[in-house]
Amino acid sequence: MASKLVDSVVAFLDEPFDAVILGVKIDGHLLVEAVLIAAIVFLLMQKSYQPEKKPLTQNEIDQLCEEWVPESLHPPIREEMKIKDPVLESAAGPHTTVDGKEVLNLASANYLGLVGHPKIKEACEATLNKYGVGACGPRGFYGTIDVHLDLEAKIAQFLKTPDSILYSYGLATVASAIPAFCKRGDLLIADEGVHWGIQNGLYLSRSTVKLFKHNDMKHLESLLEEVMREDKRKKKALVRRFIVVEAIYQNSGQMTPLDEVVRLKEKYKFRVLVDESHSLGVLGKTGRGITEHFKIPVEKVDILTAAMGYALGSAGGFCTGSAKVVDHQRLSGAGYCFSASIPPYLASGSIAAIEIIEDNPDLLVNLRRNIITFRKCLSSIHELVVSGHEFSPVIFLQLKKPVSPSADAAILQKIADQMLEESVLVTVSRRSILDKCKLPVGLRLTVSAAHTEEELHAAAASLQRSVQSILQKQ
Amino acid sequence: MAVTIPYFAALTTYFSYGLLFVFGHLRDFFRGFTRSDSTPPEGYAPLCRDFEDFYTRRLYHRIQDCFNRPIASAPNAWIDVIERYSNDNNKTLHRTEKTRHCLNLGSYNYLGFAAQDEYCTPRVIETLDKFAISTCASRAEGGTTSVHEELEALIADFVGKPAALTYGMGFATNSTTLPSLMGKGCLIISDSLNHSSIVAGARGSGAKVTVFQHNIPEHLEEVLRQAIADGQPRTHRPWKKIMVIVEGIYSMEGELCRLKEIVAVTKKYKAYLYLDEAHSIGAIGKSGKGICELQGVDPANVDIMMGTFTKSFGSCGGYIAGSKELIQYLKSVSPGHLYATAMSPPAVQQVISALRLIRGEDGTDRGARKLAQVRENSNFFREELRKMGCEVLGDADSPVMPVMLYNPAKIPAFNRECFKRNVAVVTVAFPATPLLLSRARVCISAAHTREDLVRGLEVISEVSDMVKLKYMPPEEEVDAHLKEKRL
Repeated sequence: MASKLVDSVVAFLDEPFDAVILGVKIDGHLLVEAVLIAAIVFLLMQKSYQPEKKPLTQNEIDQLCEEWVPESLHPPIREEMKIKDPVLESAAGPHTTVDGKEVLNLASANYLGLVGHPKIKEACEATLNKYGVGACGPRGFYGTIDVHLDLEAKIAQFLKTPDSILYSYGLATVASAIPAFCKRGDLLIADEGVHWGIQNGLYLSRSTVKLFKHNDMKHLESLLEEVMREDKRKKKALVRRFIVVEAIYQNSGQMTPLDEVVRLKEKYKFRVLVDESHSLGVLGKTGRGITEHFKIPVEKVDILTAAMGYALGSAGGFCTGSAKVVDHQRLSGAGYCFSASIPPYLASGSIAAIEIIEDNPDLLVNLRRNIITFRKCLSSIHELVVSGHEFSPVIFLQLKKPVSPSADAAILQKIADQMLEESVLVTVSRRSILDKCKLPVGLRLTVSAAHTEEELHAAAASLQRSVQSILQKQ
Repeated sequence: MAVTIPYFAALTTYFSYGLLFVFGHLRDFFRGFTRSDSTPPEGYAPLCRDFEDFYTRRLYHRIQDCFNRPIASAPNAWIDVIERYSNDNNKTLHRTEKTRHCLNLGSYNYLGFAAQDEYCTPRVIETLDKFAISTCASRAEGGTTSVHEELEALIADFVGKPAALTYGMGFATNSTTLPSLMGKGCLIISDSLNHSSIVAGARGSGAKVTVFQHNIPEHLEEVLRQAIADGQPRTHRPWKKIMVIVEGIYSMEGELCRLKEIVAVTKKYKAYLYLDEAHSIGAIGKSGKGICELQGVDPANVDIMMGTFTKSFGSCGGYIAGSKELIQYLKSVSPGHLYATAMSPPAVQQVISALRLIRGEDGTDRGARKLAQVRENSNFFREELRKMGCEVLGDADSPVMPVMLYNPAKIPAFNRECFKRNVAVVTVAFPATPLLLSRARVCISAAHTREDLVRGLEVISEVSDMVKLKYMPPEEEVDAHLKEKRL
């Protein structure tokens, strides 16, 4: 039966039609093929299956908005957030007043004792009388006052660089300088212990960031080696590459071995950015910073930044380097273009401070002697570990037997409170939750050239007593 | 207010920029044969790529003399601008000993506190004697002085919030506070024309950032609804919190924020409101309390009030005002509080004195007169500019008024011609404004006298005729046109 049907179909198809169209004989095969093509075309014309998209109706959105419960603006206030900052009632010199009591000040980074210096005061007063307080505008729009230009020239002359650029806030200096030069795709290799201003700059630049272990040159070299290998393998286009370090680390008091950093940067063809906030006016024979300390020409450091709120006893910050480095920031440094310029009297104050440093090399001798004396005194306190480089004017002390970061901080805070009772002002370094630095916090003591040796001995003795009394209570 | 650029101006502006670009590239092409000093050493990428500083080299350098003009006096109503010369086609500029005494229409000296003041300056110098210029420590680590505390109490009371915190720089106030409050999983909805410091803070926070059309509450509502309905990208989890950021006066537009409507929207959708009063605090409102006072908005409806001391108060720094808990929280996390050198005490004293004067606590009505003066001056100047036929942006009462220039060649022309006639004006171009919308910006101060303003208007009118800035029909013609219609 079936074979009969097949036979008849085959016979039908084989049988030639009579029709001839345009000289082509139309037979059964062509007919079937035409049908198939029609079917394919038909199928192709069909829309593929898609679940129907229904945008939310206004009612549904209303409901979602109604249901949405935001978190509170800030997390609840915990007990440890309620620290009362000490309030100074007189200038933050080597001695200051807290709660009506005169105390020895080991909290201000007044390294050279320039706070309240008569020459600075005189310069500032003259400027205040001539120019008023604020500059009332950014540098671009009549906010450039002649003293700004004088200070920029003074810094350049002091550090022997072609030019420099001022920022009105120390913290904003590096945070603006890094993104001015590094964009997406560029590479930054930074120390893991850098302060928040640098971290912010690294983040805002959108560049690739790699961190090396704190002050560990071996790890830095291995990272550089890795980068070079990667580059060779992938034959990538050349990107801007920077090593970012602090001369003296704000978070630990360690000093970066700049000679080693410079050797590595030259070997691996990186540029280097050094933040000299805590080393300017501290390191080197004449206070010109870490390059002088290591006897490295300043041109080897591509970008040099520093805050003026430490040894110079003023405020604001600056960046220096080649003319190109400085010039480029005048249009690309966000904190430079979009912020009011630094008050002219602070610029005058900084000029006066640099002149004082130039004229009084013994300030640096005193400072160094005090640092050595104080470190020696502190090393006799057995319950605490003294950390930081031997030349660092900022000294960190940690418990020899740490419990946990938060408990340690609480104990150290108690020690600081106890010392304030004994008329010595010290602080416990505090770290923001935004800060990525994982180095341990500690008791932070700063030494000034204006302290006397007796004062430092007395402070160390007071610390010894406080530590013992607090630790005994624990 | 959307700027509608006249058709002819748009065409010629495009043409001018086109020409500048073509010539710039031609010069770059020929530089390729000759340059030797600017190539980086072997193995280093150039510090700035060609396309990155093309704008600086080929456009900005041509008219560099119009910007960054140094002055040798306080930035008050009249300033001594230092004249400069260039030996290398404007690439570098050098100071001369000569100065030019100019009417200052550029500084943010709204209340005239820029110069020394009989009430403020002696107090500032007293503070200088007592506290020196710096504490050399952050606020949290031994840098807080009694003047800081005094200012914080005063400013909180002034803006109508329970507590406040001060920072040493206005820019950093935004760029360190926003990351302290917002983070991953949060959404920041920012006005499209917000200041660079807000952009830096928002980006630094790691939160998702979107913008709404400048000063349009209806669009803000649309963006908010959509954002809440969609949730976070990819995961679609609900947002942790949403913050809307607006400014009181937009400094490049001179416009006032439509705060009342924006408050209504943020309240309705439970978003937090961050108000940046950098230009509006002290400058507007009957007693100088800013945009809230002017528009009758209760400060309680604004979660975070930010402002700067650089402008009206003639000092430096900024503040955040909010609830006691908010300030307590910021004190424990904000990098500006924990790490940055505290605001310089004499600058703090300047703000305290200026605030006391504004509030009449000095026993005179000088403060009140200053406030009335800046308002009167601003409205007079704006009205006259309009009558003249210039295209002026911004709202009444705002002391900031941009005058549209459009064509790039008009930027230096207007600036230099005004300068020749002893009027110092600010001209603004890309990247601070969109490429087509170059403008001159006038900032009015209470320190300007009526004669100063009339003199300024005369010069602007003369120069505007010269460089053809009167895009709008002058007032009389409009009147005549209307009369004709009525007839």
